[in-house]
Amino acid sequence: MAAVSIRDLRVHLGGQPVIDGLDLEVASGEFLVLLGPSGCGKSTLLHALAGLIDVAGGSVAFDGVDQTWASPRARNIGMVFQSYALYPTMTVAGNLSFGLRARGTARAEIAARVQRAASLLQLEPLLARKPAQLSGGQRQRVAIGRALVRDAGVYLLDEPLSNLDANLRAALRRELKLLHQRLGATMIYVTHDQIEALTLATRIAVLHQGRVQQLGTPGDVYARPANRFVAGFMGAPPMNFLEGRLAVSGGTPRFVAAGFELELRDYEFRAAAPVDGEPVVLGVRPEQLRIGAPGSWTSQVTLIEPMGNHQVVWFDCAGSGWSALSDSDAGPRVGARIALAVSSSPVSLFRADNGTRR
Amino acid sequence: MSVTSLKSMDEIRLGQLFAWPSRLTLEAWRAAWRSACTGVACEGIRGGFWNSIAIVLPSTLIAIALGALNGYALAFWRARGASLLFGLLMLGAFIPVQVLMFPLVRLLGPLHLVGSLAGIVLVHVIFSMPIMTLIFRNHFAALPRELFLAARLDGGGFLRIFLQLMLPLAVPMLVVAAIMQATGVWNDYILGLVFAGREHLPMTVQLNNLVNTTTGAKLYNVDMAATLLTSLVPLAIYLLSGRWFVRGIAAGAMKG
Ligand SMILES: Nc1ncnc2c1ncn2[C@@H]1O[C@H](COP(=O)(O)OP(=O)(O)OP(=O)(O)O)[C@@H](O)[C@H]1O
Ligand SMILES: [Mg+2]
Repeated sequence: MAAVSIRDLRVHLGGQPVIDGLDLEVASGEFLVLLGPSGCGKSTLLHALAGLIDVAGGSVAFDGVDQTWASPRARNIGMVFQSYALYPTMTVAGNLSFGLRARGTARAEIAARVQRAASLLQLEPLLARKPAQLSGGQRQRVAIGRALVRDAGVYLLDEPLSNLDANLRAALRRELKLLHQRLGATMIYVTHDQIEALTLATRIAVLHQGRVQQLGTPGDVYARPANRFVAGFMGAPPMNFLEGRLAVSGGTPRFVAAGFELELRDYEFRAAAPVDGEPVVLGVRPEQLRIGAPGSWTSQVTLIEPMGNHQVVWFDCAGSGWSALSDSDAGPRVGARIALAVSSSPVSLFRADNGTRR
Repeated sequence: MSVTSLKSMDEIRLGQLFAWPSRLTLEAWRAAWRSACTGVACEGIRGGFWNSIAIVLPSTLIAIALGALNGYALAFWRARGASLLFGLLMLGAFIPVQVLMFPLVRLLGPLHLVGSLAGIVLVHVIFSMPIMTLIFRNHFAALPRELFLAARLDGGGFLRIFLQLMLPLAVPMLVVAAIMQATGVWNDYILGLVFAGREHLPMTVQLNNLVNTTTGAKLYNVDMAATLLTSLVPLAIYLLSGRWFVRGIAAGAMKG
């Protein structure tokens, strides 16, 4: 179990900066989830941590020991690659033991460790098979097993559950969480699936344009996104946005747009106090909207998306397309006029110019 | 040709080229193997056969071993000057053998390598290196890079990754390379003539001597038989190697 400390890390690929001055501190035993859109550099960051690509600047340290230029072998990392990268000509047992053999572990010790990893991941009946003879989920477990068979200080998992069907995915997600609880290991886990991020993480780091946009607990990132990118990226259906201005009169600031007004009674402004007339963007999550309550405004339903146990109701709000949630059976119909109100939980406000949280 | 080699000389003189032999005889084959004159000596081409075997085996094994190792190093280990080396090899693959022959004789002569088995093997290995390196580099470069990275992360070193992971993945390529090299070396004439020396003349050179020997009557049946004997080995290589082709060797490594 090692703490990971990344300072001002820069990685260039094909002449382009992919990681651009990234700082990140991961505590020992933490389950950190790296979340970000495709192509934002998540795999690149993991490869840089593992020493598999050269960095252009900055430093990486494990438990305070600088590792920026250490060889991959010396870093003692267990990694699940995005593509699994199982050794095709070796059996499952051979895949699991390759790293131990390469490090000259004693034969009895290798057998014991392979046995333990195999039983943990229910791979025992498959040990003699080649990767080509395995299903996708089995391959994925072999890839995890290959990472876990050594006592690594840090485990890096690159989208280990993508490409699996929904049921298997959920089951393996729970397995991984149990595994982390049992091992207490430091894990850095990449995904662009926010359900995985919210369920697994002790903390989430949202990555975009080569930088960490926000680092916080799942609840924090979800409820108080640091900027518009994070706000729009987290949550499905996405957060509703509306451009407008702040109005400060009589002590209580209000958000005002054409045909829309909202009192911001408990809003915690960051940095400077609100200024009258300041341009801002309001962000409201669909589940913060109540339909049919003694409403502050009304609107017409444009679309209904049934989701099984609930449905998403789309409507127009001062020129922006918004959504709210309703029960499946008692919901409104397309074309109906609905009354809407913002429930008490805090909304989000972002600066109109650079999108940071207000 | 096959038909002619099975006829007796008397029958050939009748000039009926496409007629079946009235009496099948292996006499010409026996003569070609054992007693035909290849210049001054009249011992058939069997000596050349064994010489060729002695040249082909080490030339092929060393060439594909070195080619695979070079290709692996070039594909995965970014050593300084690797791309320059690769460029030179590409260039080398396009230079005709004849251009390099004279400099090579001058180079190897003082080392007493001209006219020896080691010399001819060395020359074959040198001339095959560009193409061997090229095909193995391309084979390894087409493998998913994460496979190599996973092995690096697992602590594998240069040779361990090569021997335990990459070589087994290159089996189909090894077979192709071995066929190319073995038939190429077997069919070589000019290098054998220049570098092998009297003791190690390969079969092709002896065949040429046999066919072009001017003393006495021309024994067409023996010529044909000797030619067929010489081409038998490449043919056998092609036929036997087919079953070694393994398809989808990297299956199962990746997702999906
Ligand atoms: N060898 C390369 N040369 C140039 N650019 C590259 C190279 N490899 C990756 N990139 C670029 O670097 C960026 C980050 O790639 P990376 O694989 O880290 O993305 P990712 O966040 O893991 O995406 P995904 O979620 O799709 O796996 C991408 O924009 C990609 O186009
Ligand atoms: Mg990736």
